[in-house]
Amino acid sequence: MNVVLAKAETGRTLGDAFAVARDRLPGGGKVAELRRQALERYERLGLPNRRIEDWKYTDLRSLMREVLPLAPEPDTAALTRAAAALKLHAIEGVRRLVLLDGVFAPDLSDTANLEKGLRIRTLREALEAGETGEQLFAPENSDAMLALNGAMMTDGLLIEVANGAAIAQPLHIVHIASGPQPAAIFTRSLLNIGNSATATLVESYIAGEGAKAYQVHDSLVVSIGDGARLDHVRLNEDGREAFNISSASLTLGANAHYNTFGMTSGANVSRYQAMIAFAGEGSRVETNGVNLLNGRQHADSTLFLDHAVPNCESREIFRAVVDDRGHSVFQGRIMVRPNAQKTDAKMMTRALLLSDEAEADNKPELEIFADDVTCGHGATTGALDESLLFYLRARGLSEKEAQALLIQAFVGEAIESIANNALRELAIAAAERWLQARG
Amino acid sequence: MALLEVKNLQVRVEDREILHSLSLTVNKGEVHAIMGPNGSGKSTLSHVIAGKPGYEVTAGEILFEGEDLLAMSPDERAAKGVFLAFQYPVEIPGVATMTFLRTALNAQRKARGQSEFSTPDFLKKVREVAARLNIPQEMLRRGVNVGFSGGEKKRNEILQMALFEPSLCILDEMDSGLDIDALRVAADGVNALRSPERGMVVITHYQRLLNYVVPDFVHVMSRGRVVKSGDKELALQLEASGYAQFEDAA
Repeated sequence: MNVVLAKAETGRTLGDAFAVARDRLPGGGKVAELRRQALERYERLGLPNRRIEDWKYTDLRSLMREVLPLAPEPDTAALTRAAAALKLHAIEGVRRLVLLDGVFAPDLSDTANLEKGLRIRTLREALEAGETGEQLFAPENSDAMLALNGAMMTDGLLIEVANGAAIAQPLHIVHIASGPQPAAIFTRSLLNIGNSATATLVESYIAGEGAKAYQVHDSLVVSIGDGARLDHVRLNEDGREAFNISSASLTLGANAHYNTFGMTSGANVSRYQAMIAFAGEGSRVETNGVNLLNGRQHADSTLFLDHAVPNCESREIFRAVVDDRGHSVFQGRIMVRPNAQKTDAKMMTRALLLSDEAEADNKPELEIFADDVTCGHGATTGALDESLLFYLRARGLSEKEAQALLIQAFVGEAIESIANNALRELAIAAAERWLQARG
Repeated sequence: MALLEVKNLQVRVEDREILHSLSLTVNKGEVHAIMGPNGSGKSTLSHVIAGKPGYEVTAGEILFEGEDLLAMSPDERAAKGVFLAFQYPVEIPGVATMTFLRTALNAQRKARGQSEFSTPDFLKKVREVAARLNIPQEMLRRGVNVGFSGGEKKRNEILQMALFEPSLCILDEMDSGLDIDALRVAADGVNALRSPERGMVVITHYQRLLNYVVPDFVHVMSRGRVVKSGDKELALQLEASGYAQFEDAA
């Protein structure tokens, strides 16, 4: 049905685009067959719309309308623009891995002298070699955007951290869109952290100069082994006309620890959907998120925490700052399965609305099927406190400066959760860029 | 030229007139005390001078060094040298006191066309003033006023006053909630800032504070007007006889 709709609206179906792009999609044989099946699933489901409960606040059929054609392979000019854009997001002491227009860019990346226990390959290599592992192609996927991503993915990074390896240097995957032509980028990365291993992953989404109405379709599949720890920072500073639809699927073993911070200040429309599953007892997850939105930006953060086993802890903190006609969405679903006794799950979201037309939707969902658990959630929405603003202004701060200081304080609790100093600074810098752009 | 000239000020909050034709002149080097019972309009006057939203000036004017103060935003007034020490200083969680002090000081300097303070100069200055006011360094690392006692909050106001060096200081009920020791420390801080270049307006309900910060002039307010002015003897007289006589007069 959607195929018919898509035809009516855009004059071409994704199927046609897929046929055109097929030669450029890595992997033949079994891989090509899995792609075809994924595309079929997508075509059957169509772009998510408000009638699908999970997408009711982010109706891609009206916000995005269509999936753009595949971005061309980056040329020399694209590399130059990307190198310039990278300067803004340079972090001291990280291992940088660049995905430019959906293709790994070795010239902009640092893959030399890999630490012991660290292995990095590209998705392209794996697909070209005919690999079809379960992590590469999720078999039963009911999410249209994940299916689309599986059908069209061109490249990504496959990172493995061996058992017991402590990778001190953060791994920084930078997604850059360089082209001025409207186009879509499809990437998928995998990260496997062995038992008792530790690693830090940073993901940035940025635009090269001149990049405008591009679409990012990304997915990340992570497995954290027993006794392992992953720190994960995600910063979306895509161009103001861009779309970013990203999915993550994370699984924790026993006594594992996952700490993540995500901030969206870029893109026109974005959605980050993360599924975090506890597969072993005694594990802990802390997720912290911030949306900083203005103009007509729309950002959706959708988290699903699956407490499938006993004795695990999860903490979710989310802060939204929305100005102008911005629209922030937070959906936090916590599932506590019958067996998951002694689960301790808490979720707290707060939204700050800076204008009368700003909107923040907040949908907490607790589904608890075990009886011996501690679960809670809270949500508040409000404006900046007038008495605090006056105090600051009486001390010489302009209205914007006073607001900026209070906004920084508001998101500070979430940003403070970042353990690594350099990464925390990076997040603070991104928040400051947003505040400065407000004027 | 007078430092502050309030002329026939009439102020309304919602439908109620709070100040009726109030006049007050403060010159540099002078300390004026404004006394009066609760609800006489003392705090309203301080709020209107500082530029707090929610007050409607229906008549009269306020000149600060000859300039129309009411036409300025609160931050412009602060940069010009108007400082209000709040009766109830607010708590601002998540904003470190040091960050707040530096941001405020530099915002004022920038508005005056002065260069920003360098970090070492700023730190040196804050430490000096803090030591004088008996403010531990640990307090400066906390959020603004977060978890401060009443006395600590008031000392933090005086710290800011000393740091920003305003030419007009308005102290709104600085003695409320302070025990005698805390009051003495705060009063010493204020007295250290008395100068021929600075005017002060000390708003208080009780005469007690004026034993420590001795005013040059005392004004009694009642029902939105200044009903009597005099020197420090007037305060002592009030202590003995109370405000009732003025309530009747107003």
